[in-house]
Amino acid sequence: MALVEATKVTMMFGGLKALSDISLSIEPGEIVALIGPNGAGKTTFFNLMTGIYKPTEGSVTFDGKELGGKKPHQVCQIGVARTFQNIRLFANMTTLENVMVGRHARTHAGPLQAILRTPKFKREEQHTEDEALKWLRFVNLADKANDLAKNLPYGAQRRLEIGRALATEPKLLLLDEPAAGMNPQESAELTRLVSRIRDLGITVLLIEHDMKVVMDIADRIYVLDFGEMIAKGLPKEIQRDPKVIEAYLGKGAEALLAASQSE
Amino acid sequence: MTAEATAARNKKRILYTAIAVLMIVVPLVFQASTGLGFLVRILVVVGIWVLLALGLNIVVGYAGLLDLGYIAFYAMGAYAGVLIGQSFSSVLGGATYWVMLIPAAIAGAVTGLALGFPVLRLRGDYLAIVTLGFGEIVRICLNNNIFGITNGANGLPQGSDQLIPPFGAVWLQDNVRFETPLGQFVFSQNLFWYFIVVGLCIVAIIVITRLDDSRLGRAWVAMRENEVAAAACGVNIMTQKLWAFSLGALSGGVAGVTFAYVQQFISPESFTFMESVFVVCIIVLGGMGSIRGVIVGALLIRGIPDLIQGLAVAGVLKLPGEAISMITGYRFLVFGLLMVIMMAVRPQGIIPSSRRARELHPESDAILADEDQTLWDVEHREQTSSHNP
Amino acid sequence: MSLSYLLEQTLNGITLGGLYALVALGYTLVYGILLMINFAHSELFMLGGYVGLGTLKVLSDPAVAKATGWGFLEPIQSFFMSGNFGFVMLLVATFGVSAIVIGILGMFIERFAYRPLRHAPRLAPLISAIGVSIFLQNAVLLWIDSKQLPYTRADGSAFVTAKTAFTIGSVEVSTMQVFIVVTSLVLLALLDTFVSKTRIGRAMRATSQDREAAGLMGVDINRVIALAFFIGPALGAVAGVFNGMYYGSVKFNMGFIPGIKSFTAAVIGGIGNLRGAMLGGFLLGIVESLASGFLSNAYRDVVAFVVLILVLIFRPGGLLGEAVAEKV
Repeated sequence: MALVEATKVTMMFGGLKALSDISLSIEPGEIVALIGPNGAGKTTFFNLMTGIYKPTEGSVTFDGKELGGKKPHQVCQIGVARTFQNIRLFANMTTLENVMVGRHARTHAGPLQAILRTPKFKREEQHTEDEALKWLRFVNLADKANDLAKNLPYGAQRRLEIGRALATEPKLLLLDEPAAGMNPQESAELTRLVSRIRDLGITVLLIEHDMKVVMDIADRIYVLDFGEMIAKGLPKEIQRDPKVIEAYLGKGAEALLAASQSE
Repeated sequence: MTAEATAARNKKRILYTAIAVLMIVVPLVFQASTGLGFLVRILVVVGIWVLLALGLNIVVGYAGLLDLGYIAFYAMGAYAGVLIGQSFSSVLGGATYWVMLIPAAIAGAVTGLALGFPVLRLRGDYLAIVTLGFGEIVRICLNNNIFGITNGANGLPQGSDQLIPPFGAVWLQDNVRFETPLGQFVFSQNLFWYFIVVGLCIVAIIVITRLDDSRLGRAWVAMRENEVAAAACGVNIMTQKLWAFSLGALSGGVAGVTFAYVQQFISPESFTFMESVFVVCIIVLGGMGSIRGVIVGALLIRGIPDLIQGLAVAGVLKLPGEAISMITGYRFLVFGLLMVIMMAVRPQGIIPSSRRARELHPESDAILADEDQTLWDVEHREQTSSHNP
Repeated sequence: MSLSYLLEQTLNGITLGGLYALVALGYTLVYGILLMINFAHSELFMLGGYVGLGTLKVLSDPAVAKATGWGFLEPIQSFFMSGNFGFVMLLVATFGVSAIVIGILGMFIERFAYRPLRHAPRLAPLISAIGVSIFLQNAVLLWIDSKQLPYTRADGSAFVTAKTAFTIGSVEVSTMQVFIVVTSLVLLALLDTFVSKTRIGRAMRATSQDREAAGLMGVDINRVIALAFFIGPALGAVAGVFNGMYYGSVKFNMGFIPGIKSFTAAVIGGIGNLRGAMLGGFLLGIVESLASGFLSNAYRDVVAFVVLILVLIFRPGGLLGEAVAEKV
């Protein structure tokens, strides 16, 4: 059974059709990319999956469970984590604290235990800190554990968001333009990071504009334009698809062509 | 630990010990000195306001929810304590206050939950107005003798209990008296209540500090910083807000019943919108999210004017007659001005929590806009689209 | 319970609604542009009443002329007090002076209390506005009077005597009521035209839709905002004068409850929406009046607050705002 199954998903905002009739599926362990020009509806799809919007029509299931209508924190609990297009960190918390918040869904201590400082509470707090550090090391930020998130350099902030998402122990990780604003060296590191995430057994769905990253890492690609699915398939196929090239017309298209030349 | 850190910690320990000693000795000295006993009374009142501010601080400072009707919980606690206490006083005798703490706390918490459930998903400024409305509803209902039990504007008297004889307030006042060089020392009821209020404040501070450094505390900060991201991390925004709201309300309820026994009389007059604003003022000026700031705020805002008024009434401070009655008006005048100035100049308050100071001076508008977004806003694409003038 | 009682209450409600509508416009104009609740607006309403009273006294009360020793007042006063034309001019002057003074005060408050906070977190201007409100209330309390001041002529009679304009069935409609409703509707119509037909009105609408874009298009944002803070308070001041005349007095705290109710009216109609504010004002006035007449007068204020809470929870966009999808 597919891990994620989207069936004829439509999203309307008043009279505006942001997504129409989108169907896709993702198998466990895959890295799938969702690409398309700006405004195609990719982030809207993410928001739909993570409980921020409710689909006007259609359904999205994860692990057999319907996602549409769930609240964001429930989606997280089920095992779907995400990062955001414009980084949403807790700016005035430290790097470590940011990741510790990511542990919220997997911990249970309530106010009463916090007030009474029960042994169970103390154990859980220690565990939370340890786990957070573990994930910081995974994304290579352990040395910045006590820095304020807002003081981190841009690339580190992106990694921190990913680390925080990983701390929620997701089965599926949604990455929204993780390589945005990165130079080639950083993007290469990011590609390696995503690979390591897959090695952990986590399925990845990513939105990305950087074609090199997409071609390097994606197993399969879905292409959106104006809210509609215009192409899907293997990276090689997508590169040559005239509809896709036409939709992109510009920087992306050149990269597609360049990448197709270099293989 | 480094040498500097140890030195800093030791300095802190000495400071806190000194404060503790002062807090015990000074009121005793006041009580013993002839004519200065009223100062203890002022300390009691200030202490109650500190307790109120600590409670509201959970709601405003930690969870970031502006509640302009906090006084409603104070009122519920007071009235619950008095009314239920009256029915049971024959059974409970001198222990009524202690037992009434429970129904008062429950009344506060339940009211907080009941109000919080429908309104906590509203955006900040709407929430402020709605809570204001709720506070007024409570006051009007109390004033109109709702259900026939509140006695309307005439209020309800609260007898002075023995409060756990033989060590209750009245017993202590009657029996613990002796001469000192400064005057006759009487363990007055004011002194009794002083220690109780201080005790309650200490409990509140311990609870708040422990909550702050916990999963709940982190969730609150995350929620305040970026609600959308917090939800994506599994934080159930509504639940966290409800916890903050009802804990704050519980604290308000406890403060309310204490107030009822201290003043030995309650009426809707004590629970107006201005009082809610007062508490907000203390937090805003003292320092949102900061315990020390809130205490300093209460001392300044409540303590100093009360002190001036008390000294004037006692004849220590010579003020013309009308000036004394104008003090309340002037107090508010100054607060109003202070609130405007503080927001423009130092929005984090006099003694801010370090985290708050950082939050209120963000790097850019984009961060601000992003952080300020509630889930509701994102979901409904900003309520602003209803403009079609 | 009779039909004429129902009619009477409804007419009272319409009159009240006119007042609410005028004040609600001030809230909605500011909220539409700045996304801020101008808490001090209720005090501007109150001050409008006071300034109006002051103007009336200066222009018509011989006692004032005597007290100040300003000789030139005597001929002015006799002009205003002579006959119908003079009287009408007196009213025009009163409303005019009040509106202009309070309008300027509104701009002043915006400039010094709110403009510094334009990029601060949303709660900062709200707290500042509360501060302004407290300051103004207590300024009046301390420096004018804590008691209520009667809105009467020198001889104690009402300025606009409660003559009957006409009757519907057995219900009398007083001149004052007609005056209030007609003036409200005229002012509302004028504002509506101003906002939809004039260049600067368009600029205001643009600013409330997208401040940044409007600025980029060459709109002087500061001027637009200042204008909103002139018009809103000016209308509120007119309502304040009406309030004083209709109820016969002014008091330092008379702004608080009507202010919240007017805000409720603005929300009912759809905050940010001018026509909504007008509609909401009249609706709330009628609902409140009927509730007070048929349910209980003591709890009439509670009605408004309950309506506010219900609207904000179930339909925060208001009647004329967009129908917001129900939260899942």
